[in-house]
Amino acid sequence: MTVLSVDGLSKTFDMHVLGDTQVVGLDDVSFDVREGEFLAVVGESGSGKSSLLKCLYRTYDPSSGEVVYHSPDGDIDLASCPDRTVIDLRGDSIGYTSQFLDEIPRVPAVDVVARPLIEQGVDREDARSVARDLLSALSVPESLWQAYPATFSGGERQRVNLAQALAPKPDLLLLDEPTSALDPDTRRAAIDLLSTYLGSETTVVGVFHNTDVVDAVADRVVVLDDGRLQRVVPTEAYDEEVVLG
Amino acid sequence: MNDLPTQRSRERVTMTEHTTTDDVLPDEGTPVATDSVDAALESLDSDGLEGYNYAYLDEHTKREVRRSVLKAVAIPGHQVPYASRPMPLARGWGTGGIQASLSILGPEDTFKVIDQGADESINAANIRRLAENTADVPTTTDTTEADLIQSRHRIPEEVLTDEQRLVLQVPITDALRTVDPSDAANRRRHAHKNYGKMWVHLYENVVEYGEIKISSRYPTMVAGRYLMDPSPIPRWDVPKLDHADHLTVLAAGREARLYAVPPHTEVEPLAFDDRQFTVERFPEQACHACGSTDTYLVEVSEEATEDGDNAFETRYACNDASFCAKRRKNPDLPKDHHLEEAVDWGPGTPDAPTDDAGTPVEQGGAGE
Amino acid sequence: MTLLEARDLQTRYGPGCPRCVESTGDRAGTNQCPHCGSVVACADADLSVEAGEVVGIVGESGSGKSSLAELLALERDDDATTAGEVHYAGHDGNLLEVDYETRHDLRTGEIALVHQHIRDGLNLEFTGGGNVAEKLLSAGQRSYEDVRARIRELFDETEIPVARMDDPTSTYSGGMQRRVQIARALATDPDLVVLDEPTTGLDVSVQARVLDMFRRVQREEGVAAIVVSHDLSVVRLLADRTLVMRHGRIVESGLTDRIMEDPHHEYTQTLINSVI
Repeated sequence: MTVLSVDGLSKTFDMHVLGDTQVVGLDDVSFDVREGEFLAVVGESGSGKSSLLKCLYRTYDPSSGEVVYHSPDGDIDLASCPDRTVIDLRGDSIGYTSQFLDEIPRVPAVDVVARPLIEQGVDREDARSVARDLLSALSVPESLWQAYPATFSGGERQRVNLAQALAPKPDLLLLDEPTSALDPDTRRAAIDLLSTYLGSETTVVGVFHNTDVVDAVADRVVVLDDGRLQRVVPTEAYDEEVVLG
Repeated sequence: MNDLPTQRSRERVTMTEHTTTDDVLPDEGTPVATDSVDAALESLDSDGLEGYNYAYLDEHTKREVRRSVLKAVAIPGHQVPYASRPMPLARGWGTGGIQASLSILGPEDTFKVIDQGADESINAANIRRLAENTADVPTTTDTTEADLIQSRHRIPEEVLTDEQRLVLQVPITDALRTVDPSDAANRRRHAHKNYGKMWVHLYENVVEYGEIKISSRYPTMVAGRYLMDPSPIPRWDVPKLDHADHLTVLAAGREARLYAVPPHTEVEPLAFDDRQFTVERFPEQACHACGSTDTYLVEVSEEATEDGDNAFETRYACNDASFCAKRRKNPDLPKDHHLEEAVDWGPGTPDAPTDDAGTPVEQGGAGE
Repeated sequence: MTLLEARDLQTRYGPGCPRCVESTGDRAGTNQCPHCGSVVACADADLSVEAGEVVGIVGESGSGKSSLAELLALERDDDATTAGEVHYAGHDGNLLEVDYETRHDLRTGEIALVHQHIRDGLNLEFTGGGNVAEKLLSAGQRSYEDVRARIRELFDETEIPVARMDDPTSTYSGGMQRRVQIARALATDPDLVVLDEPTTGLDVSVQARVLDMFRRVQREEGVAAIVVSHDLSVVRLLADRTLVMRHGRIVESGLTDRIMEDPHHEYTQTLINSVI
């Protein structure tokens, strides 16, 4: 069953500050995402991976095309639905995390992770308990749980970020290089967590830099090049390409 | 105000005398010799009041004050502006009260003036004499004999009846000025019955003292509509205004505003459901002169008669001097002794040391 | 559920003329009418706020964001000429035209304003608790102990030491005073809180804590908010949707992250790129 149908998605930036130049981010990208699958988006730097994810999350306003989310309540075109529909979906079914943690300073790490759950109505202490489990699974030292993420190292912040995105178990999770700053061991812990914590109900679209992550978790791979879709292939096929390439 | 026709006829008489007196020029008052004050006084063949209107004020002024009083009665607790003429004493010495009294008084009225409960203060005596001289009214110190009582900062201990009127002198007309000096803003608050600021004032009072301890000018709702400054009467006197039989007129000379509590009007001091309004209490104290324990007492310092370490001794005394005099003759005289039916008038007996909410009572008499 | 719906809001200072609106705004590059000299503080402003939603309004000084917020908070400015419609869930008619009493009731009940300047919103001579009490007492509460209990609850919620509730507000730090304002705004469980420049006058470290506290309380209470700020980071942290204002007009609106990362309007792009 298809959960997301991307059809003819394009994104062009009008850069007024650069003398009204136009920058093409995505050009006519189409693919489907199946329910419960883990879809990896790969490509060179600047190929449009992050732009694709941001268009799916509506952090970027798609210039044309459709992103139809087949929700239990019916189809919603994420590219054109009202802002409020997007806000509602973000609240309970679509999660997103970027490479950069974007948090209010002076909130302890455990509360940063627990916040989405609390906002969904989970009891505060239950939410904190889930948060501690996630931080522990991602090998964030316990001494840091009550500390402010603003003081953390890049890798530690990224783990807090990932834990926060995973905590509410969204139906569709968009991950933008969530492991880029992690050492191999922690990356492996993160990968394990993605499969064990989320289970089969969550569909993941993730941008990954490291092929080992793609290998470990992805069912299929979307390959982007210069804003265009090259192909969508099963992970095994992609692996062969990489080896051959 | 049943005496208006009498007043008019009296005035006509005065005018007639006035115009037939040879040495008086119609437009220039009584001519006097000007070489010295003594000579001037010498030259007066009367008490110097010839040429003055009945009750000192001219008829237009009195009419204007009466109109304002009527309006004030019609809108209980609402401050009504009036012209407030210059009076032969300084603003702040009861000029508002005098104008109200002199506008209401007729020759058949008996007038009583008290100043903080005392008939014999210089100011009270002077106001009384002014009325005697200009309005030709008999005066009294006996509350029950008076038709009109002008008072500064007290309501008498003896029950006032529907035959009587009380005029209270008012220094500050607006209860809200305590919380906001802007009259414009306060008028808007009155218009919309928006008294939140005053409630905060009460809240802050309880925070500071554990109970509402506003000693005088206690903010009071009249007829459930307007917040009123009842003038600097002690809390003790505020309940006397509630559903009273008499009319109370409150007048301020300096501020040129007056307001009224008509008879049988609900007057409710602001208080919280769980921090009730309390009056001053004087546990274990009685008036040293008459022995009363159910009257408003004040501390008096007097030079000790016997020599000792203290040059002064503090005693408690009734604040209402004329009732104290009666009690000295008859210690059991009730406050409603002059009435056929018993009347609930102000605070009850001093036997209850706490109020209903169990709040500890205040010691001693509150000053201003 | 739509809580507030505003149409064609306008605030003008000055005599006004028929050409005021067409001669001002983003395209004209000014908010002052060249024909009559009137300042069109805001015009043509449409917006709606859902229950529980946070809408940010950003713009530089003089862009009209505070004028817009004041209209939405039913604040009145006698010097201004205002027009437009504000509709509010559960109330008939245009709220800009209601009488004083209805407005007063709305302002003590459903809609709360947190003033930019603490002195406009708080009486510094009152105790901190007294400032919160005023809202409750104005709404008709008459039990001293109930008022006290609610103040303690609100102080707790807004992270003000309860032990300080009986101290004069003037002895509070700036951050605490701002919290008292917020506690006061939340006292009667409003549906909508309008915050005008909530970080004005606060140290950077205090700003963060106040914003975090507000965001937590806002989500927990499900209260909708309109947050006005010249500071993009304030809006970025609090708002679901953001309106960008310039020369008295809304030039762009959308999801806050979209505004920040994919600004469409030239001015918004400049604004985003100006952030240090």
